[in-house]
Parts: sequence; C-alpha cells; structure tokens
Amino acid sequence: MTSRQLMHRSEVAVSVELETPGMTLNIGPQHPSTHGVLRLVAKISGERIHEIEPVIGYMHRGYEKLSEVRTYAQITALVNRIDWVAGFANEVPFILGVEKLVGVEAPERAQWIRLILTELARISSHLVFMCSFPLELGASTPLMHMLRDREHILELIEDVTGGRFHPNFNRVGGVKPAYGGGSKTKKQSMDLPAGFFKRTLKAMDLMDQTCEDIDTLVTGNELVRARTIGIGVIPAEKAIEYGMSGPNLRASGVAYDLRKVDNYLPYDQIDFDVVTRTGGDSFDRYLVRVGEIRESVKIIRQAVDIIPAGPLQAKVPRVLKVPEGQVYSRAENPKGEFGYYIVSEGGKMPYRLKIRSTSFSNLSILPWILVGQLIPDLVAIMGSLDFVLGDVDR
Amino acid sequence: MNIWLELALTLVVMLVVVLTASLVTIYVELKAGSHMQARIGPYYAGGRWGWAQPLADGAKFLQKEDLAPAKADRPVYRLAPFVVMMSALGIFAVIPLGPDLVGAKLDLGVYFLLAISSFSALGVLMAGWSSANKYSLIGGLRAAAQLIAYEIPLILAVVAVVIQAGTMSLIGIVDAQQATLFTLGGIEVALPFILTGQLVSFFIFMIAAVAELSRIPFDMPIAESELTMGYLTEYTGIRFTMFFLGEYATVVGFSAIAATLYLGGYGAPFLPESMANVAGPAILLLKVSALVFVIIWIRFTWPRLREDQLQSMAWRWLIPISLINIAVIAVFKVAF
Amino acid sequence: MSKGIKFPFPGLFKGMALTFKTMVKKAPVTMYPDVKEIPVPRARGVISLDAEACTVCMLCARECPDWCIYIEGHKVEKAPSKPGGRVRTESILDRFDIDYGLCMYCGICVDVCPFDALFWSPEYEYSEMKISNLLHNQERLGEWLKTVPEPPALES
Ligand code: SF4
Ligand code: SF4
Repeated sequence: MTSRQLMHRSEVAVSVELETPGMTLNIGPQHPSTHGVLRLVAKISGERIHEIEPVIGYMHRGYEKLSEVRTYAQITALVNRIDWVAGFANEVPFILGVEKLVGVEAPERAQWIRLILTELARISSHLVFMCSFPLELGASTPLMHMLRDREHILELIEDVTGGRFHPNFNRVGGVKPAYGGGSKTKKQSMDLPAGFFKRTLKAMDLMDQTCEDIDTLVTGNELVRARTIGIGVIPAEKAIEYGMSGPNLRASGVAYDLRKVDNYLPYDQIDFDVVTRTGGDSFDRYLVRVGEIRESVKIIRQAVDIIPAGPLQAKVPRVLKVPEGQVYSRAENPKGEFGYYIVSEGGKMPYRLKIRSTSFSNLSILPWILVGQLIPDLVAIMGSLDFVLGDVDR
Repeated sequence: MNIWLELALTLVVMLVVVLTASLVTIYVELKAGSHMQARIGPYYAGGRWGWAQPLADGAKFLQKEDLAPAKADRPVYRLAPFVVMMSALGIFAVIPLGPDLVGAKLDLGVYFLLAISSFSALGVLMAGWSSANKYSLIGGLRAAAQLIAYEIPLILAVVAVVIQAGTMSLIGIVDAQQATLFTLGGIEVALPFILTGQLVSFFIFMIAAVAELSRIPFDMPIAESELTMGYLTEYTGIRFTMFFLGEYATVVGFSAIAATLYLGGYGAPFLPESMANVAGPAILLLKVSALVFVIIWIRFTWPRLREDQLQSMAWRWLIPISLINIAVIAVFKVAF
Repeated sequence: MSKGIKFPFPGLFKGMALTFKTMVKKAPVTMYPDVKEIPVPRARGVISLDAEACTVCMLCARECPDWCIYIEGHKVEKAPSKPGGRVRTESILDRFDIDYGLCMYCGICVDVCPFDALFWSPEYEYSEMKISNLLHNQERLGEWLKTVPEPPALES
C-alpha cells in the first residue's frame, strides 16, 4: 500500500513539473459574439489564449464563382450582399471597374448620388458597429439606441433606391435611371424623390444627436474605457503587414483613406478630414469610427449643396458587352479597402471576378493579435475589428 | 397555535411572497429595460401592458424538455438549481417585514443571512462543473472566484452596521435606526443608518451585492458575449426556470437586506408603533423597489468589467476601504 | 486609475441619465399588426404583373439572377386584319409564376421588361406557413397590381 502511494505521489510530482495541458476551446461557429459563423479554435490555459486558429468558410456563398455565369447587371445585385450592412458601398467599386473597362463615365449627378448614398451606407455600417461593439462588452442599450437611429438612414436609402439593405441601384454608366425602361408609357424616373435633401439634412441633424448619445453611453463610460484602452494594440507596421485597411488601419496612426488617395467619385470637391488615432487599441478603433460618422455627416451636408442637376445615365448599349481586358477597382468601404479584380474576355459576363473583401484582410491579424489575450479581451478585440462574416467568406 | 401549522403557514406565505416578488421583478426588468432601450417590451400577454409575460415565459419554460448533456454529472447537475433556489429562499426567512412579521426571529439574523446567501456559490459551481461544458466550467469558476472575492467586502460592510447597531438581530438593527437621535423643535428625529455614517458601507454593500448576484456590470459568470451563458449554458426547462427565478429572488433578497440594514427596514419616520405591523411591509416594499430599480437601471446602462479588473477592484479597493470604514465607525461608536 | 478614468466616474452616471430620459420618453415603435407601417412608394415589396401588357418575350425570366420566374406561353394565329393580309401570330400567356422563396428582390426583371408589364408594389404582407405557397401565380401577381402606387414627385 505504501509503495503504491509513493508511486502515486511521485507521479504527481512529475506531472506538476510538466506543463499543465491546455484546454481547447471552440469559440463558434455558433457563438454570440462571432457575428455569425466564424469559428476560433483556441488553446487556452485558464482564460489566457496561447494559440488561436480562425476557421472560416461557414458562410461561403461562392460569389466569385457565381459571378462567372452572371451578367454584369446581375452581379451588381449579388455584390451588395457581400457586406450586407453597407450594401451600397459594395456596388460602387464594382461598377467603377466595369465602367473603366467599358470606357464610359457616369454623369455628374449620378456620381454625386453615388457619393451621398455611399456615405449614408458608411454611417449605417458604423452605427451597426456602435451596436455590436458595446454589446460585446456587455452593454445592450447602445444596440437598441443605434438601431433606432439607423432607421432614419435606412429610410433615406429606401426612399431613393427602393431597398433598405440591398439597393442594387448602380448601373454601368450611372445609377438606375428608371423603372420599366421600356418603350411604353409608364416609365418612372428614379431621380431623387422630392424632399430628399430636406429629409437628409434633418437626418444629419439627428446623427449629430446620435453621436452625442454614443459619447454619453459609450465613449464617456469608464467601464468601456477600462475594458478597451490598451487592449489589442496593433502597431502601424503590423497593420500594414497584415493588409488591414479602413478605420482599423487609421486607428494605428496611418492616414490612409482611398477617398483621398484615389481619385474616384467627386470626393476631391469636398472638404473633409481623415480621422486617425495613434494608439491602435480597441478604444481607438472605436473612436475612429465615431469620428467617421461625424465626417460623413459633414460630407453629406456639403454634397447636398453641391449636387448638380442632370441626367442619371450615360449612353450605354442596352445589351452590355464588356471589351476584353482586366481592371482592379477599389473604393473606401466603411470597413476599409474593398476591391474587385475583373477579368473580361469580352461578352456579357466576366471571365473571372476576384473580390478583395475588407473583413477578410482585417481578420487575418487575429492569430497574431489574440495570442496572449484573455477571453474577455478576445471579444473586445474582435468587436473592435468590425467584421461581417458575409464579407469574410463571400 | 400548533407549531407545525404555524411553520407550514409561514412557509406557504413566504413562498408566495418570494415568487410574486421575483415575478414582479422580472416583469419590471422586461418593461423598464425595454423602455430604457427605446422599445416597449411585453405588450400583448395578459391583455394590458403585457403584465402576464413572466407567467407566460414560465409556462413556456415548464413545457420544455428537461435535458442533461450526455457527459453531465447527472445528480450534481440536477441538484444545482435547487441549491441556488434554496439559498435565495433562505434569505427571506429572516427579513423582517414588520416587528412581528418575520419568518424566523433569529438573534443572529445577520450571521444567518451572510451564510445562506453565499450558499448559492456552491450551486453555481456545481452547475458549472457538472454541465460537462467548457463554457459552463469557465463560468462556474469565474462565479466562484467572484463570490469569494466579494463575500469579504460584503461581510465587512455588514460588520460596520453591526458595530453601530450593537446587535446582530435584524429587528434589533431596524429598532436601532428608529431610536431617537436628537430632538428638533420638539420632534424626535430618527435617521436610517445610511444618513448616520454608513454611506460608504452602503455603497460597498451594494457593489458587492451586485457582484454576488452576478449582474451587469459584474455578470462575467454569465457573460453572454463571452461564455454564451456561462454556467447556465446547458440548462433548459424547469431547471433553467429555477436558476432564473432564483436570480431574481436573490435580487429582491439582497435589496431587502440593504433596505433593512441601511434604509431603516420596515420602519419609517413618524410611524406610530401600532401601525408598524400593518404599514411595515409596504414601507419595506417601497425601499426594496427603489433598490431593485437601480439594479435594473444599471444593468441596462453599463457594460461589464473584466474578471481580473473585478478581482483587483475587490482586493485593492473595496476591502481596504471597508476596513478603514469599520475602524472609523468603531472609533465613533466608542467615542460617542 | 489610469487611462482618463477619474474617481466619481461621471461617465457612468451620465449614461444612466440618458437611459432614464429614454425610459420616460415615448418609444418610437410602430405597433405593427395593429398599425401598419406605410412603406415608401419605391419600396420593393412584391412584383405585380400586368398580364395584358406582357408579350411573353421571356426577357425577365432570362435576366433574373436566380431564375425564379416561370413563364409558359403559346402562339396563336390571328386572322389577318384585312382580307388577304399577312397571318399574324400572337403570344398567349399560359403561366407566369414568381417564386418568392427564391426571389432576391433585385428588381432586374422589372428593369428589363420592355413592355412595362411588371411593377413593384410596396406591399409586404404575404408571408406563408409553407414555402411552396410563396410561389405566386399569374392571378395573384395580377392582384398586386392594384397596390402599385403613383411614383413619387422628384427633387428638382
Ligand atoms: S426581383 Fe430579381 S430575383 Fe426577383 S424575380 Fe425579379 S429578377 Fe428575379
Ligand atoms: S419581360 Fe415583361 S413582357 Fe417580357 S415576359 Fe417578362 S413580363 Fe412579359
């Protein structure tokens, strides 16, 4: 008996010297804070993460492949489902690319309408971030308040395009000119409906109030600060290395905004600032987005003043044949750089469409940033990266 | 009266009171919380204002299959909700609703309260361990760590009251708060402890109570966005309902303790002695409702802390502060 | 207490003031089944079909990204308008179904129809217990036509 007990003790001593085996925790695919179906295989000991492996693809809808057998007009309807909280912003780079291939340019009014709607989509996407980020920290009230205020933005988008989330409003050579579009009588123009500018300006005033509410509920809240300041710091070099873009990159101090860098849509006629922060932590990523809502409000206010009258569509043939060629077209989406690489071999459909989706690139930093963090911080960091699973898996 | 009859009667009354209280609390949380979030919350159940929503929810939960995970430690898994519920009910046994309206007149009422209220930690740990779920386990461990850390400031805060009142009986404490402090123009003024030097310990008690209840901002053991539902993840049906009711009963329980210890309990200024047994419950209810509302209000405004921040808050701030508080109160007690 | 966190935690209480203010305000809620929300005229609710105008050209069915429009038709010969004239053919619509279980509400069919036979109606109350009932036939699509609103006035 004694010898057995001794054996037993010695065994215990050995196993104490060895490392305690970690626990593998499957976070997701069904987990409240993975925004859908992201799966993280985490090796943890206690609550500290040692190793993490994101598993994606649970929401792969095959848009790149689907696009090979869809006409350009049909692809427009598909792409606004990639990042569904900012549908309109996804269409713009695609249409710009096709326009570049075809060699047409949208008339000025169409460009301005695109600009206004893109900014509205940006506000609505950032408002969704203002919902989900505090929710992941445990505050459920900002969610409801921001959804309430986002409704005003969605109403505006619906007013113009007929769709709240999936406008499908861009056409090669402009924006959707008319319903029906046929030879008979009932053709109705899709120009901005009466009173749109007034309603927009009113909604923008509301957004000012919303920003104040966010500041009261979230920014000023000491618990939020305690949870996010200094958590998940991404230095600028790392962010660039991992191909991050958008607010996540700008929070690390890199003033890189395609609206300023690329010459697309009449952004150059508008006076706005690129919001940057230097800390690169979760709180800064959040603050950049609050700042961007304010900037977007500024942009829309100016755009409503400038927008000229004119046609909505340039002349394009009814059956669109895109000449052979390839183009990479990108734009500043709410979440960052969103690009399409379009290869055309002539004909009605693209030969290949590669989507450079923002969230995918932004998420690629997860295995680096999450190592050594605690599980609550994992949630805070993932929330601050603002990704949409449809955008990751396409 | 027959002692058994009396016992049974007390039990039934208590059960009814506790269950009604927790159902009402659930309703208030649903309704007030919704309005704080610019919603309207339950509306159709029961005809008006959705008053029957908690009952409907309860009926729904009862219909659900009582599942246990295949690898669960079944006896423990089954027992855990009862332990939590028992601890919640136990609190009410000693809370005086009036000078004579009390389940059990204990001389060591405070002591019993502290003991029975920390009993729920055991139930939570049992639930977390036996669920055979990693999230539950982490949740259970968090709960245990949290309850241990916050039990100490809680006790220390209560000790301050006990020193001032000079008794451990809850009725004694209420009486002490009704003792005349001074006369002002012929009116005898009695003040609850919160106004006579117990402000700090009141706040410490409430913080610790919220942490014990594991409600936002200290709801890490449940932490929906992190641990799905913590130790509750695997529970369904009636067992989940018990946890749920237990939680709200404890919310009411702790509010009642705080009201008794700091806000004068069933007593109110200028209340004639003869009315105490009649008006007492209503007065206590008023005080309890106010505290419960604040707890709900906090839940719908703040995010949650992190487990380690919570620990450091307890050990680095609350415990030293409450120790100093005790010392100061003891000095005053001796001096005056 | 670093990171701009100061002791009395004013932010926490400002937040509580805001939630309290929200609580006493009226909630911006449309009591849906009792009060209907009026969608904007352009809202893409449901597609209505003007069967008279349709010439069975099949353009909509071909352009639909997920091929959820089912059209069948046949041709009949029409007597020449004056004796000795050319015999003309006319297409008769036999079946026109849209499967709303598949439709992604892109609006391409309405766009491409060259004869203005399809219109968007903002109506949205047509959910079904069975997914197969979401297949609206010609008759049902025609009924929606009554709900098609006037186009909104335009911003000058
Ligand atoms: S709206 Fe789009 S998906 Fe629906 S029937 Fe028309 S073309 Fe097809
Ligand atoms: S496109 Fe218009 S006319 Fe042609 S089949 Fe469709 S509905 Fe009929």
